[in-house]
Amino acid sequence: MSTTHATSETFDRNARAALADPVLHGALRNLADSFVVRRRNAIASAGDWEDLRERARSIKDETLLHLDEYLERFTENAEKAGSTIHWARDGKEACEIVLGLVRAQNANMVVKAKSMAGEEIHLNEALEAAGIEPVETDLGEWIIQLAGETPSHIVVPAIHKTKQQIADLFVEKVGIEKTDNVDVLTQTARRILRQRFAEAQVGISGVNFGVAETGTILILENEGNIRLTTSLTKTHIAVMGIEKVIPKFADLDVFLKLLPRSGTGQRLTAYQSLITGVKNNADDIGPDELHIVMLDNGRSRMLAHPLTRQSLACIRCGACLNACPVYQQIGGHAYGSVYPGPIGAVITPQLFGLSKAKQLPYASSLCGACREVCPVKIDIPALLLHLRSEIAEGSTRESQPTRKLGESIAFRMYSRIWSRSGTYALSIRAARLAQRFVARNGKIGKVSGMLALLVPPLGAWTERRDAPVVAPKSFREMWREKKK
Amino acid sequence: MKVALFVTCLVDQLCPNVGMATVEVLERAGCDVTFDERQTCCGQPAFNTGYRKEARKFAERFIEIFETSDAEAIVIPSGSCTSMVKHFHEVFEGDAEWRERADRIAAKTHELSSFLVNVLDVDEVGAISNGKATWHDACHGLRDLGVHDEPRRLLNKVDGLEFVEMENADVCCGFGGTFSVKFPEISAGILDNKIEMIEKSGADTVVACDASCLMQIAGRLSRISSRVQVKHIAEILASQE
Ligand code: SF4
Repeated sequence: MSTTHATSETFDRNARAALADPVLHGALRNLADSFVVRRRNAIASAGDWEDLRERARSIKDETLLHLDEYLERFTENAEKAGSTIHWARDGKEACEIVLGLVRAQNANMVVKAKSMAGEEIHLNEALEAAGIEPVETDLGEWIIQLAGETPSHIVVPAIHKTKQQIADLFVEKVGIEKTDNVDVLTQTARRILRQRFAEAQVGISGVNFGVAETGTILILENEGNIRLTTSLTKTHIAVMGIEKVIPKFADLDVFLKLLPRSGTGQRLTAYQSLITGVKNNADDIGPDELHIVMLDNGRSRMLAHPLTRQSLACIRCGACLNACPVYQQIGGHAYGSVYPGPIGAVITPQLFGLSKAKQLPYASSLCGACREVCPVKIDIPALLLHLRSEIAEGSTRESQPTRKLGESIAFRMYSRIWSRSGTYALSIRAARLAQRFVARNGKIGKVSGMLALLVPPLGAWTERRDAPVVAPKSFREMWREKKK
Repeated sequence: MKVALFVTCLVDQLCPNVGMATVEVLERAGCDVTFDERQTCCGQPAFNTGYRKEARKFAERFIEIFETSDAEAIVIPSGSCTSMVKHFHEVFEGDAEWRERADRIAAKTHELSSFLVNVLDVDEVGAISNGKATWHDACHGLRDLGVHDEPRRLLNKVDGLEFVEMENADVCCGFGGTFSVKFPEISAGILDNKIEMIEKSGADTVVACDASCLMQIAGRLSRISSRVQVKHIAEILASQE
């Protein structure tokens, strides 16, 4: 089964398919067991964690409130250091800019560092369509590319794959002997990728942070491939979401403490590439040209509303995915978006349209585990509730509510009947009568046949668990007797 | 202290004994309990599904009813419904007068275990029980209201009851109201993990402060014919045997 190219529209079906996939389940088990525990241990070494979160959030709030000013400052300083800034309103524009830059180098191949912005704008497809071969150099991304899939996690793109699946993939695509030795697999990847690095003229990356004060970009990684992508090539193109800017160099301190700990449970990533412009002398390392493509693609729309604005504070650490009970069950592909998990359920509808992803805000039990782990304190449950209300009642974003008719009628009836005690009591008496047909031994077992079709939630709910019945005497009746 | 009880619709209809136990515990802690029969539901199902207009009706009704009470506190045997009362503010967007009324009501509304420990300063209510109990942290009680130590303190003081922590006590049971109806299979998958932890703890009873989680957990335990029982904390605290 592959849910790789599933869309958000069919979330329910994707999720069911994912749940039925035992291999995926095995792979996802590691997530909770390793990342959640590692994160917990790592934050213990960070000093006052709550204080760090507060500070990070207030830096983000300040930046987002005056984003235009900080972007201007970033642009000015980046250009002073020799970078070239490009502005892309949407994904299509961003891809065109990148294609133009690659063509100008006469390159028919580019090396790529892992970048969610790149995934968001479907850069690989655009490059391929233009006859340019994109080569992913992050091990996980490379595996995904070999398999012809999309990432299922924003930090660990191949988290859904077991070691065995990866080994089989290498046998099939790279032609190595069958092995389950991880070192052999990594060595193979390294050997192949090193050759591609040597050929490459152009490297494409994302950006973790852009410092307004200095025009510096910071990229974090563990494998060293980003370092190579951005320094061995003559031209480096960085695609940067406009929300990635932060005011001062010193602000990095807070984020460097938070991000690796939250994401992979590391105190610090193995590499931090701070890049300020191009090289000044011929023997310096670094590219001759650094192009930064500033990507909007729906972000400025999120700025308008004080509640949704916080969605842009996300530093893509992945902690909310790891902590989410829903994500742990179904993995990332079911969301049908480059951004899965809790934050994905929040930004996918905002970036790509509520009507395309209207199931996602409901794909949460609102347990709040995401809010608890988020290093920048994004109130994801509040955002999910807000989006749900936009779906049910319409909004400025999409004037027509996109709710289901049956559901809205049910809730109108619920509020009419249940907000008054007289009609409420009547409805309970009716339920008591009705349940005679389904209840056995004080509970409702598996409901099937006609009744499951008539009352669909009851059928699905009782598939795996029993449902309770209305008690023969309600509390209010008991209370009345007690008071007599 | 004079206390107004909001019993919640689930307790009223599905497990009225939990309501009676709540009254018993509050009375034993020295409270004078009142129950206004005009009350129904807090409106959380509508709010959590995005139907704020409908949720507002319930909020208005709740506020009007409890404004007529001279009780010092409103007590609810549910973290989730208490948290809904704290959310009332949001259904009155742009309506300063209602917001103020909502905030005044919310300020005196408490979840049962937190009311006993933090307001009354009571962690011992003369309960006697037996066996081994473990606690499930219902999400809204834990993360919206910060209820964590209170129920544990209360359970530890129950005479004859052994308390054990289960692993991942703070992980969701998968109920989530609308969520379990819209995505019953995902909900059941999350529930399976919870059941595994409950059974692994060796407890014979799992306790929580929310009828909704208990309904979800009990539904699965009953289906797999587990020997583990499900109890609301009020039932344990009211117990005399
Ligand atoms: S929402 Fe928070 S926890 Fe989730 S990826 Fe973004 S920063 Fe990390």
